[in-house]
Amino acid sequence: MKLEMVTNAAGRQVPAEVNGRVSVPFAGIGGHRPSGRKAAPAIATCLDYPSDGDKRAGSIREALETVGLADGMVVSSHHHLRNGDAVANAVFDAAAELGTRDLMWFPSASFPVHSNQIRHLDSGVLHHIEGSMNGPLGAYCSEGKMRGLGVLRSHGGRWQAIQDGEVRIDVAVIAAPTADAFGNATGDRGPGACGLLGFALADSIYAEKVIVVTDNLIPFPCLPWQIQGNNVDVVVEVDSIGDPAQIVSGTTRVTQSPDRRRIAELAARFCAEAGIMRPGFSFQAGAGGITLAFASYLRDLMRAAGVTARFARGGSSAVMVEMLGEGLIEHILDGQTFDLDAVASLRDDPRHVNTSPFTSYNFHGKGNFASMVDVAVLGATEVDLEFNGNVVTHSDGRLLHGIGGWQNCLAARCAMLLVPSFRDRIPVIVDEVTTLCGPGELIDVVVTERGIAINPRRQDLLDAVAGSRLPIRPIADLKAELDRICGVPQKVPRFNEPVAVVKWIDGTVIDTVWKVD
Amino acid sequence: MPDLHPITAGPLGDDVRSDCHVRYERGGAELGIDVESKVGYLYGDAIEATARRVLGAFGVVTGRLTIIDRGALDWVILARVEACLRRAGFEGDPVLPASSAGAVVPTRRDRLRRSRLYLPGNRPKLMLSAGLYGADGLILDLEDSVPPADKDAARVLVRNALIALDWGASERMVRVNQGDIGQEDLRAIARHKPHVVLLPKVEDPEQVRRAAAVLRQEAGDDGPYLMPILESPLGIHRAFEIAAADARVVALTLGLEDLSAELGAPRTEAGWESFAARQATVYAARAAGVQPIASVFSDIADDEGLARYVERERGLGFDGIGCIHPRQIPVVHRAMTPSPTEAERAVRVVRAARDAEQRGLGAVAVGSKMVDPPVVKQARRTVALAVAGGALDEDWDADATEAPPNDDGS
Repeated sequence: MKLEMVTNAAGRQVPAEVNGRVSVPFAGIGGHRPSGRKAAPAIATCLDYPSDGDKRAGSIREALETVGLADGMVVSSHHHLRNGDAVANAVFDAAAELGTRDLMWFPSASFPVHSNQIRHLDSGVLHHIEGSMNGPLGAYCSEGKMRGLGVLRSHGGRWQAIQDGEVRIDVAVIAAPTADAFGNATGDRGPGACGLLGFALADSIYAEKVIVVTDNLIPFPCLPWQIQGNNVDVVVEVDSIGDPAQIVSGTTRVTQSPDRRRIAELAARFCAEAGIMRPGFSFQAGAGGITLAFASYLRDLMRAAGVTARFARGGSSAVMVEMLGEGLIEHILDGQTFDLDAVASLRDDPRHVNTSPFTSYNFHGKGNFASMVDVAVLGATEVDLEFNGNVVTHSDGRLLHGIGGWQNCLAARCAMLLVPSFRDRIPVIVDEVTTLCGPGELIDVVVTERGIAINPRRQDLLDAVAGSRLPIRPIADLKAELDRICGVPQKVPRFNEPVAVVKWIDGTVIDTVWKVD
Repeated sequence: MPDLHPITAGPLGDDVRSDCHVRYERGGAELGIDVESKVGYLYGDAIEATARRVLGAFGVVTGRLTIIDRGALDWVILARVEACLRRAGFEGDPVLPASSAGAVVPTRRDRLRRSRLYLPGNRPKLMLSAGLYGADGLILDLEDSVPPADKDAARVLVRNALIALDWGASERMVRVNQGDIGQEDLRAIARHKPHVVLLPKVEDPEQVRRAAAVLRQEAGDDGPYLMPILESPLGIHRAFEIAAADARVVALTLGLEDLSAELGAPRTEAGWESFAARQATVYAARAAGVQPIASVFSDIADDEGLARYVERERGLGFDGIGCIHPRQIPVVHRAMTPSPTEAERAVRVVRAARDAEQRGLGAVAVGSKMVDPPVVKQARRTVALAVAGGALDEDWDADATEAPPNDDGS
């Protein structure tokens, strides 16, 4: 692919065109304003739909035929079933049977179980994927085997791309743990319960055709209906939408790793000492490793200080649910449920509600929840001396992670990256991030096991913790220490051929992902 | 023709982290080096250069050296290559790693030893951040946590760790093996400034004297202190002799797992089966003027159980506890910290003692009570514990020039 490259406002080389569409290079924080009107599917008429509300088709293959799947179309799916998903694979297997070619797959994220799609990419059924790619799919893309460019978007950015018409979904396939024959669907109950279906919401509203696939069909009405059947064309009942054990874990345990616990504890103490933790505050934490441990240390500090949070944003899991039960949190605004305790809480506790990327993250709307949060804790693969952050590749440039809500959460009043200073000798603090995912202006604090670095732009935070016993250190100091421990690394040669681009929350292109050898 | 019996050192496998596997095969007219590393793109050249330094020092000019690396730091690679070449029969002066930043902080006989964290001596990954955990002491273990086949490799690794690892403010401790293997351990580490050497399964004061002799020979009079571990009924029986066997002994501890096994009674939470042993350890240590240190608490997830255990052992007179996971450290420190009342009382005693000294008085009075020197000494220790545990401000003595306490102690 010989592409014309331009330099964006962050100094990064990005393609002027992405998959045949002109792209807007990153224009700086707040540098780009959208224009035009929201996209919409064609107007439908009840004349075309069964008046008894029974939209069932016999199989996924039949459903695809019914909606008129054709070459070159855009097919979307959600990732609430995580590595237990069986539906996305079934869709492309069926498309292959139908002889369809050159499809673009538009998942909200992909998982190793989706490496099934590698053979469809090889055979031409799939042209390319726009969505995060981990594991084997990430390697496939990194090695330059995909015909089109990968496009990595945040959860908010995916909603924005659909809403703004940048991506027009021809067929949305929505795996639903419970649904009725009209197409109403929910994720909070059923053998494959995953909590909520927020990542499929935009698909249901904006796609031309919508297929709901469920293994738990119940008589109308299916309540609560996060997905409205009035947006759905066809419903398919299958034996199983996926492996429940891989959809949610039985329970999430706080990590025992001493380093991760130390980072989490330092971060929680920072929140307390900087005055961020105070009555009525809000926070966002995840369900992975360090950020989950953060929630448990924060809980202990909140208990000791008698502080209640007005709301918390999740990634929800048992720890957060426990806090809700204890009255330490007044509401959980949930983006994704990670274990059975959280699924049950979402279903049964009115204070634990589902959200979607529209309410939490969409930047092209009239506000979003992410910017209203007092503190957000996130991971990262790399952070550099200017506090720029990378979340999609390591320093070898290989695609490893999706963006998730990471970019969107940087809008919080205090955005904190909780990272080990090195992983298996690979430094996490670097001179310059390999792939720019989040500009340093938005990253306020970096917490490692060896110390806490505060962005010099945040004099208020520096003042708030002056005289604290916390190990506050300049980021250059932390880097010097880990260069001593790990040894100064060789320079990694880069810049040959683009294989993917990273979009910012406003749809502009913030960086390129390059081919690896 | 490839060597049918390659010599190896270091672990192999997908779940290996921060370590490497080294293989040497004899044969061929030249020396070949292969490096397969998950961080090859960052450190491939450096890894090969490190290997060449060791090969050069050991005079290896033919054969094939293969390193399968999973993110090992330089000092670990040096250790693994050295261990492999020694196993292959080569000899030479070790290539030592660069010292970690910051001088070795000197220790004291009587420093606080509230917590000592055991780290397996053959697993570098667990050592890398150990200096951050705030333990009073870190023990790199060459004994029970290292399989017999790996003791030689662990020895080299621990020696390098003494040089290159950042120990933070923790005391540098090594547990060596018994017998001849232990003697080799001592010789390998003596000159690299361990603060304390733990001697396992001591039953005879002669074991202590022998170790002390080796250490004096290798490191002169400035060498490490000793902490014998009593792990059998005979050891307990001879506790005082062992504690008093040499001036280098600074602490005495016991290993309850092995001890209980030999008793023929299972280890219980109430601990009556070991009560006499624990008490004997305390008495013997105090009689010999050394610190009694308690055994470990094995249930990592049980913070409350640990706190109760620490309080009980502290109540028997122990000065510290062994730890097997960093999360136990803050629990131990909290439980070892005197209450504010105890701290206040101790401060009064210390001030009274200083006052008496300033006035040239022989006897120390706190209020209307006379206190003996051992009480003053204990009060000083209590104050130190209180400061370390945050129950007393570091500048508790800032108003040292204030008027001496009144007769009623206020």
